[in-house]
Amino acid sequence: MSSEEYSESPIKVEKCEENEKKEELRKAELEEEAKLRAKYPQAMRPGGSAFLQKRLHKGQKYFDSGDYNMAKAKSQKARVPAAPIVRESTGDAIPTPDVLPTRKTSLVQSKLATELS
Amino acid sequence: MAGNGEIQWCFSQVKGTSDDDVTEADIISCVEFNHSGELLATGDKGGRVVIFQRDPESKQASPRRGEYNVYSTFQSHEAEFDYLKSLEIEEKINKIRWLKRKNPAHFLLSTNDKTIKLWKVSERDKMIDGYNLKDENGRMKDPTSITTLQVPVLKPMELMVEASPRRIFANAHSYHINSISVNSDQETYLSADDLRINLWHLEITDQSFNIVDIKPTNMEELTEVITAAEFHPSQCNMFVYSSSKGTIRLCDMRSSALCDHHSKLFEEPEDPTSRSFFSEIISSISDVKFSNNGRYMISRDYLSVKVWDLNMDSKPVECYHVHEYLRSKLCSLYENDCIFDKFECCWNGTDSCVITGSYNNFFRVFDRNTKRDVTLEASREIAKARTVLRPRKVGTGGKRKRDEIGVDCLDFSRKILHTAWHPQENIIAVAATNNLYIFQEKL
Repeated sequence: MSSEEYSESPIKVEKCEENEKKEELRKAELEEEAKLRAKYPQAMRPGGSAFLQKRLHKGQKYFDSGDYNMAKAKSQKARVPAAPIVRESTGDAIPTPDVLPTRKTSLVQSKLATELS
Repeated sequence: MAGNGEIQWCFSQVKGTSDDDVTEADIISCVEFNHSGELLATGDKGGRVVIFQRDPESKQASPRRGEYNVYSTFQSHEAEFDYLKSLEIEEKINKIRWLKRKNPAHFLLSTNDKTIKLWKVSERDKMIDGYNLKDENGRMKDPTSITTLQVPVLKPMELMVEASPRRIFANAHSYHINSISVNSDQETYLSADDLRINLWHLEITDQSFNIVDIKPTNMEELTEVITAAEFHPSQCNMFVYSSSKGTIRLCDMRSSALCDHHSKLFEEPEDPTSRSFFSEIISSISDVKFSNNGRYMISRDYLSVKVWDLNMDSKPVECYHVHEYLRSKLCSLYENDCIFDKFECCWNGTDSCVITGSYNNFFRVFDRNTKRDVTLEASREIAKARTVLRPRKVGTGGKRKRDEIGVDCLDFSRKILHTAWHPQENIIAVAATNNLYIFQEKL
């Protein structure tokens, strides 16, 4: 049963309005599809293997040893100050060992465990 | 919504900070009550598990209050690196499942993308005092200095709750684990990733049986992935798994060792006239749960919760719309990836109600008997003891009624993906990003 927006109406009118709403939403959905097609004409077909394979590997961060070694070589040449600014390693910044934030989550307790009230 | 025997929900507690600046590690990724409802476990993106325990005073109070205090917290999983594939493995806890109680200790399974761990949580409230060979600091005494014998005694001490990993089940999944489910036999459990389901014995960590494998020989032929799996609550040979195409397969382990062929396929025939680019994506099932009595199951897809009768695979027996108004927003929801959000759903103890989350920190409760539903919000504004939650409404028409919020005003970054319902009482736990809300029935 869909959310009742007209809880007081008699059943017949309710059914009619329900169907109307359904039609409206269906039209809106097709409009949304048209919007998407207009923006991204090459949008991958959902359910296709390329689409699914992309989702299978979503969020996986790859490590490139070539980039890593290049960055290490570069940092050795231009001596980076002892306390470098820890930048977010996204985009242009290729992480080197001294810049990577240490993932020592085991030392940080969850905030849920600190009782406030 | 008062009267008619309808549940009125009121605020009980909220855990976590009210900081607007949320660290990614604090985002709650799963919530699970144990079988008695005494304990409530949460897992987060930082790989930590926090277990809350029902406050005994609140239980005895009149009227009864649903209050929980921190019982134990530990680091379950840590970030790892797969050197062979050059991949980072997230420490985020995807699922927690409790084992049934067999002894004073509590056991739970927690999993991240690749590794499942069995944790033992036990209490220690006594210590031994008066060793003959050791002093108070545990150092060995000089034997020649000992002139008398004493009998060590048990002394009470401040309660200590210890969590220790008892089993580590690793290296069995090439893809990301999305579900774990303990069998009713309490000896085995299954773990499911995108393409495979494995069966484990709780005592054995170096072996696992593959029971479902939907990986095609040629990956170009991949058409669907496994999204959730669960064992039947009482039939130890049956389990179900849902797919990204909106189907649920019921498998019987007695029929063959490899359950690639389902015993039953639950699929609602699609209305060809209503098909759109988004149809398949929004039909993807994000969660499937058996009812407590084992006769039904609920499936959550992007816009609805469907109740299926295990005896009827042609279509669901009930369908509850969560947020139909989102159909007019599908383009932007696809662009910002929200259309891929995985909402969970949950039964109440008597299988009469179903709860699921939505956006804007809204969550929905459906009563199967009265066919009535309510939309409530988990917000700090109502965070005062026993404040009754006001039903919320999303306005879709041009005219906005008083108290309604427009679809365009919804905050899609505040989503409730994880909810849990106490197995016996009307107490619900709702995870809103980094906060855990506990609501209870107004008594």
